[in-house]
Amino acid sequence: MVTNITNFGRSGLSDWLIQRVSAIILALYTIFMVGYLLFHPALDYPTWNGLFAQTWMRIFSLLAFLSLAAHAWIGLWTVITDYIKPTGIRFAVQIVVMLAIFVFLVWGVQVLWGA
Amino acid sequence: MSMLQVSVYRYNPETDSAPYMQEFQVDTQGRDLMVLNVLEIIKQQDSSMAYRRSCREGVCGSDGMNMNGSNGLACVTALSEVVDKRGKLVLRPLPGLPVVRDLVVDMGIFYKQYERIQPYLQNDTPPPAIERLQSPEDREKLDGLYECILCACCSTACPSFWWNPEKFVGPAGLLQSYRFLADSRDTATRERLADLEDPFSVFRCRGIMNCVAVCPKGLNPTRAIGKIRELLMANAT
Repeated sequence: MVTNITNFGRSGLSDWLIQRVSAIILALYTIFMVGYLLFHPALDYPTWNGLFAQTWMRIFSLLAFLSLAAHAWIGLWTVITDYIKPTGIRFAVQIVVMLAIFVFLVWGVQVLWGA
Repeated sequence: MSMLQVSVYRYNPETDSAPYMQEFQVDTQGRDLMVLNVLEIIKQQDSSMAYRRSCREGVCGSDGMNMNGSNGLACVTALSEVVDKRGKLVLRPLPGLPVVRDLVVDMGIFYKQYERIQPYLQNDTPPPAIERLQSPEDREKLDGLYECILCACCSTACPSFWWNPEKFVGPAGLLQSYRFLADSRDTATRERLADLEDPFSVFRCRGIMNCVAVCPKGLNPTRAIGKIRELLMANAT
């Protein structure tokens, strides 16, 4: 057993599972978005605003944002632990990435509910 | 005369300040020699050349090395399989392990990861008078797992093992780990799995299958790693 305290779920198994489930959610969200844009070639602001005013779209979007946050952290944590060997620099980069993901997540929520 | 141009990694830490590549001309007499035969000819030209070898038939796993960029056993790799269009052969030690001298590497960390997965049968029930029996069906589950000769070609072809050799068990160790997880006579499954569920030991595998591509015995560590994940999932969901 290798000890770790900075990975997402404290366990390699849960990280692995979350990475796969979040990937599926992100794929569905991407397919939906691409499809929506293709079916609305003359998209205007009221239509776009109307889409995001609906509760199901906000739930779907928030789910995608949370998935993106978890997915990004698990992926970048893996890259960081592969390539950055000095503990001080590695931990500092981890904090910067974590902070950025948190900021983007809160910002995303604000955009979703702010309109 | 059919001369083969061979470039060999040389490093003697007692006399060289840095590793270098030495060029040799080897007369193959038009034969499709094994790479180990070429090394034997080179050894006659320069007796200071160091490499490991023993059985010369792909059983002992001593002469794992990097031939034209790909890991394999020198004794069972024919020149026609590795020599490129320019007719050149480049020999380097297995990547990622400390070099002891020339093509000889220190396999310490590789063995340490092998030791970590407890590569022996564990059974807490009283031993029967003669032996623990196994059905032919259960025995079949070990095919493709027990044949590993620990040559280290797979683990040293794995970037995950290069970056984290002290944390990631590596394909060779994980293949053997699954060999005991899959054994119907082994009762330590829960303890074995508990030691593997962290983010490094198994899950640092990214499934790029370099291990499968280089295994001289044709084994599939990636499939074994997938099976370990399935067992972990079944235990934890």
